[in-house]
Amino acid sequence: MTSAASNSNQANIIEIRDLVAHYGSRQVLNSVNLDVREGEIMVIMGGSGSGKSTLLRHVLALEHMTSGTVRVLGVDLGTATTAHLADLRKKIGVAFQGGALFSSINVERNVMLPLYELTDLDPMQMRIMARMKLQVVGLAGFEQLMPSELSGGMIKRAAFARAIAMDPRILFCDEPSAGLDPAVASAIDDLILGLRDAMNMTIVVVTHELDSAFKIADRITVLDQGDVLFSGTPEQLRNHTDERIQNLLNRRPQDDTIDPDDYLRRLTGTGDNPSMVL
Amino acid sequence: MTSVFERSPTIRFLERIGRGVARGLEEIGMSAGFLVESLYWLLFGHGQRQPVRPASIFQQMMDVGIRAVPIIGVLAATIGVMLAIQGIYTLRTFGAESRVTIGIALSMTREFAPLITGILVAGRSGSALAARLGTMKINQEIDALRVMGINPVRFLIAPALLGCVVMVPTLTFFSDVVGLWAAGVFVGMDLGMSMVSYAEELGRILTPDDVIHGLGKSAIFGMLIALIGVVNGTLVTGGAEGVGRCTTRAVVQSIAAIVVTDMVFVFVTTR
Repeated sequence: MTSAASNSNQANIIEIRDLVAHYGSRQVLNSVNLDVREGEIMVIMGGSGSGKSTLLRHVLALEHMTSGTVRVLGVDLGTATTAHLADLRKKIGVAFQGGALFSSINVERNVMLPLYELTDLDPMQMRIMARMKLQVVGLAGFEQLMPSELSGGMIKRAAFARAIAMDPRILFCDEPSAGLDPAVASAIDDLILGLRDAMNMTIVVVTHELDSAFKIADRITVLDQGDVLFSGTPEQLRNHTDERIQNLLNRRPQDDTIDPDDYLRRLTGTGDNPSMVL
Repeated sequence: MTSVFERSPTIRFLERIGRGVARGLEEIGMSAGFLVESLYWLLFGHGQRQPVRPASIFQQMMDVGIRAVPIIGVLAATIGVMLAIQGIYTLRTFGAESRVTIGIALSMTREFAPLITGILVAGRSGSALAARLGTMKINQEIDALRVMGINPVRFLIAPALLGCVVMVPTLTFFSDVVGLWAAGVFVGMDLGMSMVSYAEELGRILTPDDVIHGLGKSAIFGMLIALIGVVNGTLVTGGAEGVGRCTTRAVVQSIAAIVVTDMVFVFVTTR
């Protein structure tokens, strides 16, 4: 793991300023600010519903933001043209939570797909590159298997191989160790560290796995109900005194005390006088 | 003040209608958007260095067309024989059963072949398209395409649209041939007319316009089947249950659209 101090002078490769996002009328992100530096592994943590997956979708330009600015590799996602976005997307890779492998083609063709669609390489070069990536993630020899024939860990590895097929500058990983047994999850963590070291990538990992986060992170950002609760090194996080962070670290549930009036107000969507519906 | 729980049944009914109309308009708008974008990629994809791959188009043509040939053949033959039976039975009342060929020829080429082909492709391929896209959406495969910089319309929708627009008329022509042949076999057995005489009579009765009329509306049916399947697939929410719902909805909407479009087409071109 690279120390955060050694990265502190690196340029910001992702800059998020005052990002507000809604799903329908529900506000999911409340003025989020976040920087990711070149070459670091940034882990975004939080419980269910904290907004971490929504944040990732906005950084990937898969959702329209309500307000704020997101800049990735210098491209402002709010004002970028389709051509700029297409160009940017050649420089990023994403390993989705469930793999998102195309079920009708084998592992090798899944990894070759971005090369086939976005480059002018000849088929033999594409095949060689795909096999190299599969070797990197430890799937050499499994090229001809279909996604349905892979185990959970192998699906994640294949997703990593496809994500790095174009040698991206930034790799995004959505819950890379979710649903895996501890040994396989640890192997996936090692793979992430190996990719950063071998390919000098910036890696953004969204996870709720504490062990995994502390193992791989240069810096950690904690989200809670759409707010950034903390952003700093794993060491700073461990020593933080905020009760909500300590609850998260010690796997204690949040205080679920419910105000009846507030609950009724949210249930009915009414204003200050919840009793008016009765 | 009236609360949200106290709306009258009339208001709720009107709200439901309003929501349905708004959703319908939104889906029509989405269909138009997909059509325009697909045409753009088909025509200008090469210039953008992102062509619609011929292999994808042929794959769709195989799925929509070639694999449907056996069932289309069986249905077309059955319809042809049914038309012959009903035609002979009706015309026998006037002692004019020898004129049955005209009814068979025009009904088959102008109406029954395009309609039965369209309905069968809607049930077979429109539903498969909706289910495939719905499953891909739920499994984040469409998101994966987008973040890779591969336009999902170019990669998934344009080949399916072109496949349907080309193969539904092709299947309709096949249906014409098989249906007329099967009707001819029955007419020959029932009325003692030779196949050569039957074919000569077909040649005298049918004009290119009759065949083109059927093929023309088949192309529109193909476009409708693809667009309705695509829109329903991309609107899927709610996991496997949602995929099932969208598949059923795609089939029902496609068949309704085919029948209504057929009526409008006939009204405009035949009167």
